[in-house]
Amino acid sequence: MRRIYLDHAATTPVDPRVAEAMAAVYRDAPGNPSSIHDEGRQARALMDTARERVAAAIGAEPSEIVFTSGGTEADNLAVRGTVAALRHKGDHVVTTAIEHHAVLDTVSELEREQNVRLTVLPVDRYGRVDPEDVREAITARTVLVSVMHANNEIGTIEPIAEIGRICRERNVVFHSDAVQTVGALEVDVRRLPVDLLSLNAHKFYGPKGVGALYVRKGTPFARIQTGGGQERDRRAGTENVAGIVAMGAALEIATRERAIESPRLARLRDLLLSGVRDAIDDVVVNGHPTERLPNNASLCVRGVQGESLIVALDLAGIAASSGAACTTGSLEPSHVLLAIGLSRELAQGSLRLTLGRATTDEDVDVVLGELPRIVSRLRAASPVA
Amino acid sequence: MKVFVAMSGGVDSSVAAALLQERGHEVVGVWMRLAPAADTGPRCCGTFEAGEDARRAAAVLGIPFYALNYEDVFGRNVVDRFVGAYAEGETPNPCVACNQYVKFEALLGDVLAKFGGDALATGHYARVTRDPDGGARLRRATDAQKDQSYALYMLGQRHLRRLLLPIGELADKAETRRIAARHGLATATKPDSQDICFIGGDYRDFARRRVPDAFVPGPIRSSEGAELGMHEGIGAYTVGQREGLGIATGERLYVLRIEPSARALVVGGRDELGRTRYRLRDLRFTVTTPGAAFDIEVALRYRGTPVSAEVRLDERGADLLLHEPATVSPGQAAVFYRGDEVVGGGIVTSS
Repeated sequence: MRRIYLDHAATTPVDPRVAEAMAAVYRDAPGNPSSIHDEGRQARALMDTARERVAAAIGAEPSEIVFTSGGTEADNLAVRGTVAALRHKGDHVVTTAIEHHAVLDTVSELEREQNVRLTVLPVDRYGRVDPEDVREAITARTVLVSVMHANNEIGTIEPIAEIGRICRERNVVFHSDAVQTVGALEVDVRRLPVDLLSLNAHKFYGPKGVGALYVRKGTPFARIQTGGGQERDRRAGTENVAGIVAMGAALEIATRERAIESPRLARLRDLLLSGVRDAIDDVVVNGHPTERLPNNASLCVRGVQGESLIVALDLAGIAASSGAACTTGSLEPSHVLLAIGLSRELAQGSLRLTLGRATTDEDVDVVLGELPRIVSRLRAASPVA
Repeated sequence: MKVFVAMSGGVDSSVAAALLQERGHEVVGVWMRLAPAADTGPRCCGTFEAGEDARRAAAVLGIPFYALNYEDVFGRNVVDRFVGAYAEGETPNPCVACNQYVKFEALLGDVLAKFGGDALATGHYARVTRDPDGGARLRRATDAQKDQSYALYMLGQRHLRRLLLPIGELADKAETRRIAARHGLATATKPDSQDICFIGGDYRDFARRRVPDAFVPGPIRSSEGAELGMHEGIGAYTVGQREGLGIATGERLYVLRIEPSARALVVGGRDELGRTRYRLRDLRFTVTTPGAAFDIEVALRYRGTPVSAEVRLDERGADLLLHEPATVSPGQAAVFYRGDEVVGGGIVTSS
């Protein structure tokens, strides 16, 4: 059976050009980038190039890029590092109800274990944070504001430029988890007033297990793990050279192709959403009507269980998700869907279809053929979800 | 045929999947998540580790695999009933409840109605045979030592016609393990799971938390009504139990019955223990009711040897008249056999 992969928000397939660049490192560059010898220098040079590429893609200086094991580590490093570095100055953190668990669970642990005071801001029904809420939440004790660039479940893009300006006026460090946007949207830290930005390679056709944190020069910062002095003493541990090289290649390609690819995806997504609305009764589109990721279609189908929907779609050859891949297995409705005001019942019928480079018009047609059939079967089987 | 296999993570259900695949069916593996990962309550094949074993077995066979969440159904129909039985002075049978409400009701229903399956298979040691008219009969496993047909007595035609039990046709467990080894399944050497999945853990502690009333001390009485001492709570006792009464009277005493309303244990000598008449509720028949009254062989416990009895049905249940006295705890299933065929059964009540 031909498979249709519509779960690009969970992960993207590695671009073959990226895989080749990665294989070349494993094949030809065996050194440790911290070593003095020729092998070490070669590995270091490859990594330097990758750092330049990642930096260039977001308008940063290479020295402002700290490579990590992925988005979760970048978020942890941003939140824990800032709180640790500014402990003398304050103890208050502001974030939102729809952040990824890598941020939310980190700040709640800091609240429990280190007496950090926490303000979790609500969002409107589209999932947008009101910048004025951020302004009001900031106090003299505030050390960090963390608001994601775009939500991984519902695709809503947050007004981070405005939030960043408010933080700058108040001299508060601003972190944004941009894992879902870098590669898909223009993100330029020269224009965007962010101090810390999380990136993740496998969301832009790079490999899993590598990411980065952008740290604006001059931002107070403390490392969170001890060991060697890699990454200018900001992240201990031998670097994942092949992964870093691949991340550089992947982001360069994504940035180059973005101008054509993102509008193409947005058109397909709109076809998908309008087709679903036409063919299925009682379906709600989650997220902002316009301010949303080009590839994200997030829905709630009344009267069905998301889990059943995903299984039935998979058996029909379509890979989808009912929300964040990280929380699969629990029937607890998503915190994001509850935060935008959906009932638990409706939130349990969530379906996230996220498009990617391989997605075609024909794929959308197949989904629009299968999905209504599956939904009516599931509704007939369980009149009440 | 598109067959969904309920995989427990053990060797039997893994081999069931492998056999159906060999027979050319389109096989899909499903595992039921029955308890939250960190739960300390009664658990079954629903633990995280069991799910991982099932996932690996499915990957070795190259079949699709889904972990489906049945926590709610399991909690309501198995765990709640399990602790509720303690409060009623009954001895619960969670395997029967799990089969009846979770595997062959919720899961089978979903497989057929939601996922487009033609049949459900499990790794039970029992057999389903087909009559020329399309009817299905539930029978004992070929290997009598492993037979689990007792725990499936509640299945009717709507279940049996959609059920495949390939393991029950194998000669013995050794054959199951040989097939597992041939398919490279790591479960080939995994130890057998407990027959009753609740045994082993601290299930009485769990019941104590959920129904503290069943663990409040109460009187121990003789069958003539004499007070003989106190017990630590009816939840800790089973009809027929001898040990643990904590009273010394010179003769061996057994729990004859439990009276939940008075929190009383009624005890007596071995000669008072057996009864020939029991009351049954929730009667089920695999094919059809054999008549208003019928002679049958009845198994009174899991892997118990069937004994001769007469069953007389009425509108509320049935009387079970045993030819020889026997001791059965309320809550247990009485399963009717005719030769190797399971005819039906019911739950023994306290009256």
